[in-house]
Amino acid sequence: MITIPYLTALTTYFSYGLLFAFGQFREFFRKIFDWWRGSNLQGYAPICLGLEDFYIRRLYLRIQDCFGRPICSPPDAWFDVVERVSNDNNKTLKRTTQVSRCLNLGSYNYLGFAASDEYCTPRVIESLKKYSASTCSARVDGGTTSIHMELEECVANFVGKPAAIVTGMGYVTNSAILPVLIGKGGLIISDSLNHNSIVNGARGSGATIRVFQHNTPSHLEKVLRELIAEGQPRTHRPWKKIIVIVEGIYSMEGELCQLPEIVAICKKYKVYVYLDEAHSIGAVGKTGRGVCELLGVDTADVDIMMGTFTKSFGSCGGYIAGSKELIEYLKYSCPAHLYATSISPPAAQQIISAIKVILGEDGTSRGAQKLARIRENSNFFRSELQKMGFEVLGDNDSPVMPIMIYNPAKIPAFSRECLKHNVAVVIVGFPATPLLLARARICISAAHSREDLNKALEVFSEVGDLTGIKYFPAEPQKQQVEENRVKLE
Amino acid sequence: MDSTVSILANVVGATSNWVRSVFEFQFARAVIFEVNIGGHLFVEGLLLIVILFLLSQKSYKPPKRPLTKKIYFICIKMRVSKIMLRPLPQPLVCNESKENKCKEKFPSDFNRADECVQDFQEIDELCEEWAPEPLIPSITDDMKREPPVLESAAGPHTIVKGKDVVNFTSANYLGLLGSQELLNGTFTSNVEWQETCTTALEKYGVGSCGPRGFYGTIDVHLDCEARIAKFLGTPDSILYSYGLSTMFSAIPAFCKKGDVVSNLYIENENLPSTERTKKFTNALGHSSIFCVCTRFDNSLGFLLLQRLLCLEKANVSWDEILYTAKCERQLAYVNLGTSELDRLGHGIWDGRLIAASPNAPPPKTFMVATPNDEPQYIGVPFANVGTDVKINNPEIATCHQISLLLTLFCNLPFSCRDEGVHWGIQNGLQLSRSTIIYFKHNNMESLRNTLEKVTQENKQARKLRRYIVVEAVYQNSGKIAPLDEIIKLKEKYRFRVLLDESNSIGVLGSSGRGLTEHCKVPSDKIDIITAAMGHALATEGGFCTGNARVIEHQRLSSSGYVFSASLPPYLASATIKAIDIVEEKPELLVKLRQNIALLTKGLSDIKSLEIVNDPLSPIIFLALKQSTGSSKGDLQVLEDIADHVLKEDGVFIVTSKRSTLDKCKLPIGIRLFVSAAHSEADLVKASESLKRATASLLPAYD
Repeated sequence: MITIPYLTALTTYFSYGLLFAFGQFREFFRKIFDWWRGSNLQGYAPICLGLEDFYIRRLYLRIQDCFGRPICSPPDAWFDVVERVSNDNNKTLKRTTQVSRCLNLGSYNYLGFAASDEYCTPRVIESLKKYSASTCSARVDGGTTSIHMELEECVANFVGKPAAIVTGMGYVTNSAILPVLIGKGGLIISDSLNHNSIVNGARGSGATIRVFQHNTPSHLEKVLRELIAEGQPRTHRPWKKIIVIVEGIYSMEGELCQLPEIVAICKKYKVYVYLDEAHSIGAVGKTGRGVCELLGVDTADVDIMMGTFTKSFGSCGGYIAGSKELIEYLKYSCPAHLYATSISPPAAQQIISAIKVILGEDGTSRGAQKLARIRENSNFFRSELQKMGFEVLGDNDSPVMPIMIYNPAKIPAFSRECLKHNVAVVIVGFPATPLLLARARICISAAHSREDLNKALEVFSEVGDLTGIKYFPAEPQKQQVEENRVKLE
Repeated sequence: MDSTVSILANVVGATSNWVRSVFEFQFARAVIFEVNIGGHLFVEGLLLIVILFLLSQKSYKPPKRPLTKKIYFICIKMRVSKIMLRPLPQPLVCNESKENKCKEKFPSDFNRADECVQDFQEIDELCEEWAPEPLIPSITDDMKREPPVLESAAGPHTIVKGKDVVNFTSANYLGLLGSQELLNGTFTSNVEWQETCTTALEKYGVGSCGPRGFYGTIDVHLDCEARIAKFLGTPDSILYSYGLSTMFSAIPAFCKKGDVVSNLYIENENLPSTERTKKFTNALGHSSIFCVCTRFDNSLGFLLLQRLLCLEKANVSWDEILYTAKCERQLAYVNLGTSELDRLGHGIWDGRLIAASPNAPPPKTFMVATPNDEPQYIGVPFANVGTDVKINNPEIATCHQISLLLTLFCNLPFSCRDEGVHWGIQNGLQLSRSTIIYFKHNNMESLRNTLEKVTQENKQARKLRRYIVVEAVYQNSGKIAPLDEIIKLKEKYRFRVLLDESNSIGVLGSSGRGLTEHCKVPSDKIDIITAAMGHALATEGGFCTGNARVIEHQRLSSSGYVFSASLPPYLASATIKAIDIVEEKPELLVKLRQNIALLTKGLSDIKSLEIVNDPLSPIIFLALKQSTGSSKGDLQVLEDIADHVLKEDGVFIVTSKRSTLDKCKLPIGIRLFVSAAHSEADLVKASESLKRATASLLPAYD
């Protein structure tokens, strides 16, 4: 649970209040001008609703330059950020030809497979030549090539489940498969901070949706008991089935799921577990097999395992792994399998090769090194940030670490200052987080070297002092420990 | 003059003095946390007043619709009985011993603590008793169908099981896919295209490792968006990373609860009337689909009914069916065979006819269920059959007339759940939670009526956002939407149009710019155009294009864009190149059209299959002339044909399959995707092969 310092909460509210007030003031004049100019769309309701648009016009546009910065190189440890200029107070941004080489702390390139890889890239290009870039057909029609079959087998083996089904996009995996699994008369119990794709999938399914407090097994049990005893709303019939949906690593909090406790509760109450490993698969665990391996949960206890390939594997797409029957049923009924273009063969090949590297099947120990490196890097970086006095969320071993910023004015300041020092960070505000809990998110990669991280820490310390986001007192520097670390290197 | 100035000066001086005194008021000079607050408290106080004022404003609550009396009664009854039986206690944390917990909770009151323990045990028992359904239904053999595995690129020729086959399953309309060896070097544009992909792969790697907002924007994405906008002549466009997600993200971004969306309702309306009669008689001859529906649809009742009908068929009567329906107050589709109907006779409940048996004499008196009745039900073999059907068989005629009557009276919006648009759109509409009304497939008269009705009935309609959603070339039928007429209607009734151009970009129009060009409609008349790129452009992902405002709005409000990793950069480069090819090589379009015409001609004299699609559509859609009566049976027949053709002649074709979630009830058919890279010999081979296969598998027609 995030606890905001009282004073910070007050100032944050005040800042948003001020922004809102000025925004409304400007909206007032805008309305007058609009009325003056007249509209040629008589009889149509405005296509964008007032308040949605208000947020974009009056808040988002002011700091638009911090989001969607284009890059012109692979998202490796260092990348080229294209500079943009604006002539109309950030309303529109124009790309320039200038680029700046920045340290990348924003991409989900956990294992460093985003850049070209000595093992993967030649194979990917080979498969592009053999299979072309797309199949232009759904999996059930003519979109299944031998590479797709190989991929599904490979993923099932890697995850530790009997079978798997692969789709071309992670978001679609969640939002198209949940409606197949559960419908009316079913109950979905979802973590309160689950990803939007799960929320949309659950909404699309027609099942009743309840949430439990983020990552709190005791509350989950409470909710479960209450709901099983009560039955379906209105009719009070027993539920047909209940699915509990959790994520392995919460992408905005960097927290690891309390999987063992949750799985134990689910077993006790005979409900199904759906685990979304979008950020954890490949990134954590001794052999990169995700939170199940890290926390010692038997994959047989998790009924449905979902994950994406966008992050650790540096490709695109998503998978569902489960029992053979489950996958057979999904292949028969899932819209993403029946209607959507199958995953691009080179992307599929990238995943296969990446898994082979992780498992050491390429004949080297690069995979093991990468996994050791990301763990070491993330733990080092997290502890250093905490020492400096930043408010860092999340658990050890997780490569995602949000730094709380809170105040709206500090959001762009932090991002812009970091970029000036050639460090690219992601800042997250509303709609991805609650309005009050804006943060900067650091994603550590195995591709980062210790020098890279030290540089980042230096910059953060400086910018943190400048923007005043070190909400905790800094720990005194322990010179010796530092030296030992350097020696170990 | 002087006096006025001095008065003004006095006034200003007095005011400033007052303001200063306010600021210097003891309270205003408070020091909090060693910070001199100064005049801030004054401003903050003002803000507080504003906040309090805003808080005191009532938020709008939509008026609750009263439930019908009957249902309400049952609900109340149930609730009361529930409460009396089992008062639900506050849930407790279960890891500790329950006695301790309860004692803690009520330390002084032993009775209540005791009660609490009992409640606890009761919940334990309930949890113990509860048995969930299996996660998935049991797997039957027809679910296990494995698609053929391709051993090379999905070009016009591909390899299946080591054999070279002609591929009609890829929407590779312009022939960009496929390896050179199989094309014998006759087709060159895909070489450059492949090279572009390779260069991009080498430069950018495979994935983009982030959403567009968070360093997932690669310069090629921006180039690609600009290229698409330039190609289609629109101000701006936005890229999505997957074709399926384009529509279901774009629609909810613009339609919210309360907005009106008119969608396509597909029916066999486009068949000539004699055909329709045939279909109708067919349906009655084999099995009929009847539905009994009430407002509270719930699949449990459906299951119960199914069980009643399937397991204990011999004993069941209408009374029982209806009793179940009444008890469960459910929607239920009952699938009955003719023999079943013969036995059961007409279904009459409370004097209302809900199902008609084809062979029994028509009932003398009956009432027709109307939308205001509760429960609502309607028994129509083919909902909305139309009025101009010629009837040969008098017995069926009576039945048919009944159904017509029913159709006339029971124009229930919720019985028209047969959407023909593809699943991505259906899902998007569902997620948007807006009011959805369907009109008949490609039937402009129906669209006009629907629009008229919406505008007339709903006085609020003018203030709501209203959309018409259409597909340019329907994936489920191969028909082309009459855009010029839609535009006329749109302008008359002031609806916006959402057009899905997935199958028409790079195909229709003199230079491949899609349906807008084909119908000579300027693209700015269409408010939102979306398309998947996994068709003619032979990549993956999708895009949405329209005016700058529409696009900018999506960049922050469209979930599939904001919350998903961006399109792999090599696919964006490939798209740019593909558009270049479309522009540079108009001969591809000419070739594609020739091929479509050639194949249509070749297939037109197959006796047992009919061509459903529009003559210009690159999707050739073959439906059975004589349906077997059930979609499962149809699918089996068509699958057999497809398998036969693949095995015997090496022509790879597929049937259109439907997900269990898909609400489209259009007849299933064989779908052939024509490509410009197909040679004349390929097309002849395909049509000859299909002819042979249908002749041997559906001999009744010869």
